[in-house]
Amino acid sequence: MKISSYIIINLAVMALVTYLIRAVALILIRKKIENKFIKSFLYYIPYAVLAAMTIPAIFTSTGSVYSAVLGLVVAVVVAFFERGLVTVALSACVTVFVTEFLMKIM
Amino acid sequence: MENSCQNSFKKGVIDGLPIGLGYLSVSFAFGIKAVQQGFPAPLAVLMSMTNLTSAGQFAGLDLIIAGGSFVEMALTQFIINLRYALMSISLSQKLSEKVTLIQRMLIAFGNTDEVFAVAVSNREKVGKKYMYGLILLPYIGWSLGTLTGAVAGNILPESLITALGIAIYGMFVAIVVPPMKKSRTVAIVVAIAIALNCIFKYTPYLSQVSSGFVIIICAVAAAAIGALIQPINDVGAPERTEE
Repeated sequence: MKISSYIIINLAVMALVTYLIRAVALILIRKKIENKFIKSFLYYIPYAVLAAMTIPAIFTSTGSVYSAVLGLVVAVVVAFFERGLVTVALSACVTVFVTEFLMKIM
Repeated sequence: MENSCQNSFKKGVIDGLPIGLGYLSVSFAFGIKAVQQGFPAPLAVLMSMTNLTSAGQFAGLDLIIAGGSFVEMALTQFIINLRYALMSISLSQKLSEKVTLIQRMLIAFGNTDEVFAVAVSNREKVGKKYMYGLILLPYIGWSLGTLTGAVAGNILPESLITALGIAIYGMFVAIVVPPMKKSRTVAIVVAIAIALNCIFKYTPYLSQVSSGFVIIICAVAAAAIGALIQPINDVGAPERTEE
């Protein structure tokens, strides 16, 4: 595939749509939301979004569902002890790597 | 508490470091995939530098390879990335009132899932310097990872690359699990979001709904239930103290 105006325009469309979705609310909502329900709703939103993005998508993120399940379990345990983003992410990666290696040689 | 504001650039950079490292591995995988499918390496890097979004870029890449139309591309990106609108509404309440329009426009560009989650996890409001610091390393990590993956990805063994695929989810887990320990309602919200998402994924007909919409439906429903069972107080923490 060569660099073409077709790809460039697609990139521009992607960037523009993604940016507008991010920017509109941040630019328009300048006031403090006083409504208690909406405030509470917004408090829970990040956890709800990230949870829905993780499961079940995580199970198909690696070479095998078994390594992914083990990776998830390890990530949850390490996160439970609040070891930080990098440690949690890397322990999941290492678990997947080791599991898939063992599955290959066994 | 109302007037205090986290606005240290340095603190932002420190908080952004783990996100940047996490992005390195995910964008590395993206760079590899792009080049494997015959996508020009410089454009893969350009895509990362202008989009700064994981799911949207992977989908966009597939669509370009398949030769889709521009309208199809706009719709796909809109659906996959609509969750950012929810995050921006939430972030709008976290930003200090002193942040101007132009500064908000800049910050909006870097409002990714992880940047957002870390920003709103601050107890105080956040200022522009903190946000710039927070976005810096994730941006560099995302661009640099794509470049490295696109240029040198083929020297890595397949097993290492598949292991990196789980990195982004590991980061999500790291953000979600600690607050679940402290608040039973957060744990309930997480459980509902996951249960709903699985229902959509594995039920005939429902499984045909686009994953971008499904995430929004699940998140809105779960967060609304959370807000009903336990409203938060003015400090921004769940109201009742729990065992």
